Amino acid sequence: MITGTLRGKAAIAGIGELRPAKFMEGATVPSLMLEVARQAMLDAEMEPGDVDGLLLAPPLGGAPLIFPAMMTEYLGLTPNYLDVVDTGGASGASQVWRAAAAIASGMCESVLCLTADLQSPKAFYTRGAPMYGLPASEFDRPYGPMGANSGYALLAQRHMYEYGTTSEQLAKIAVDQRTNACANPMAMFYGKPITLEDVLNSPLIVDPLHLLEIVMPCSGAAAVLVTSAERARRGPRPVVDILGAGEKCSHSGITYSKNLVESPVKYSAARAFEMAGLSPADMDLVSAYDCYTITVLVTLEDAGFCKKGQGGPFVAEHDLTFAGDLPVNTHGGQLSFGQPGLAGGMSHVTEAVRQVRGEANGRQVKDCEFAFVNGNGGILSEQASLIFGRAS
Amino acid sequence: MTETAAPPAKPAPHPTPISAHYWESLNDGKLTIQKCTACGSLQHYPRPFCVNCLSSDLEWERVSGRATLFSFTIVRRAASPAFAPDLPYVLAIIELEEGPHMTGNVIGIPVDEVVVGMPLELTIVPAGDGHSLPQWKARR
Repeated sequence: MITGTLRGKAAIAGIGELRPAKFMEGATVPSLMLEVARQAMLDAEMEPGDVDGLLLAPPLGGAPLIFPAMMTEYLGLTPNYLDVVDTGGASGASQVWRAAAAIASGMCESVLCLTADLQSPKAFYTRGAPMYGLPASEFDRPYGPMGANSGYALLAQRHMYEYGTTSEQLAKIAVDQRTNACANPMAMFYGKPITLEDVLNSPLIVDPLHLLEIVMPCSGAAAVLVTSAERARRGPRPVVDILGAGEKCSHSGITYSKNLVESPVKYSAARAFEMAGLSPADMDLVSAYDCYTITVLVTLEDAGFCKKGQGGPFVAEHDLTFAGDLPVNTHGGQLSFGQPGLAGGMSHVTEAVRQVRGEANGRQVKDCEFAFVNGNGGILSEQASLIFGRAS
Repeated sequence: MTETAAPPAKPAPHPTPISAHYWESLNDGKLTIQKCTACGSLQHYPRPFCVNCLSSDLEWERVSGRATLFSFTIVRRAASPAFAPDLPYVLAIIELEEGPHMTGNVIGIPVDEVVVGMPLELTIVPAGDGHSLPQWKARR
């Protein structure tokens, strides 16, 4: 039986993030990581000598061998704990609880969690797993899957079949998140509001998903500095405690998911809420991975914000904007903020930190005390859920 | 003068020792799935042992070729140039009558007539490198 807890052991001491851009000419993944690591340390008023843990998420093209040592040296660190965390898009959230666990174990006190990626016009269509030696590849790739796009489309289609979910309901998620992005100057789609009609009239790419329901890959980076709860209280920033965490993976390719429309969020979120001693009703903010509109909808269902299958009517009935009755992805979500590789997933962590600190400026959620953060990897495969709380 | 380059070849199956029997059977006109003789589980794709009970006592069972469309999408932008001539095409999760799910295409029917839950039947078509691919058409 699993009974351990991370509740209250660690907190977020600092964050760093770059405004995403389609391309960042001249930048490298290590240079972007360096920049956001510096931001996070300055935010926490720490120096490299104060950091004794380092967790890296790989760029989508793959991490170089012995990546953590390379970045250790580049950053001038001497960590007691270093690793690469690869749970796909969930990596950011996964890094945060691994950092908390390492701190709770006494192996280190302050862990930098770094994510960064770069797009290249040349690389865009050449990405893809090699055929040979990957277990499922030879049974999938001859049929022409379109990567994550077709995976989430298969999920959306089945959700519509089982529960009557509509494209209008899914489109509402994209529209509300764009409203949020229009209050966030860091978002790629800042200043570009959209309507339901815009989403529904955008081209179908993989039925039933339209272009504006699909995340845009871009370049960028994000960092989070996790420290002990005690150390965080000696720091300069409002303290954001890590109150709960859960993780689950059930498959890799969507064909091999045992229950297509029900995600491992069901476990990861339940574990996080149980650890925190809180429930979905206690949350002031949902910061949930949104590579596609359907991802948000299924996450809301499986995390318990509404009944299974009721996600469609639920998002239609609730105002998901920062001023609404259920604020979701107030930075715009990756759909409107941009998806800089695995730093896209980390953007849900950094935004929750800003909101709980009360530093979200023109999109601040009123009295944001508790936040639910969800990281999602693969095709609804890896799930990492976190509960953040404002320290009293 | 401009020449139109032929599209590159589609990814062809690349059998491993574990999957070789699957692909050889298809060349003989049979779709086979691994069955565990210890616990009776069917598993697709193939592994060296049963991931339900760890028995390595597996046999290949020929399945009926009857299936249901579990879910599908219509791909309207090619993931790679190899598939551009097929656009739009149906990428699907096939639920075999025997239970296991597999990836496939639904072929021989206009894409706008494809619906979740429709009955399907197996058709084995030639693929690259001398292999054969299980595909699916509407079962009337």
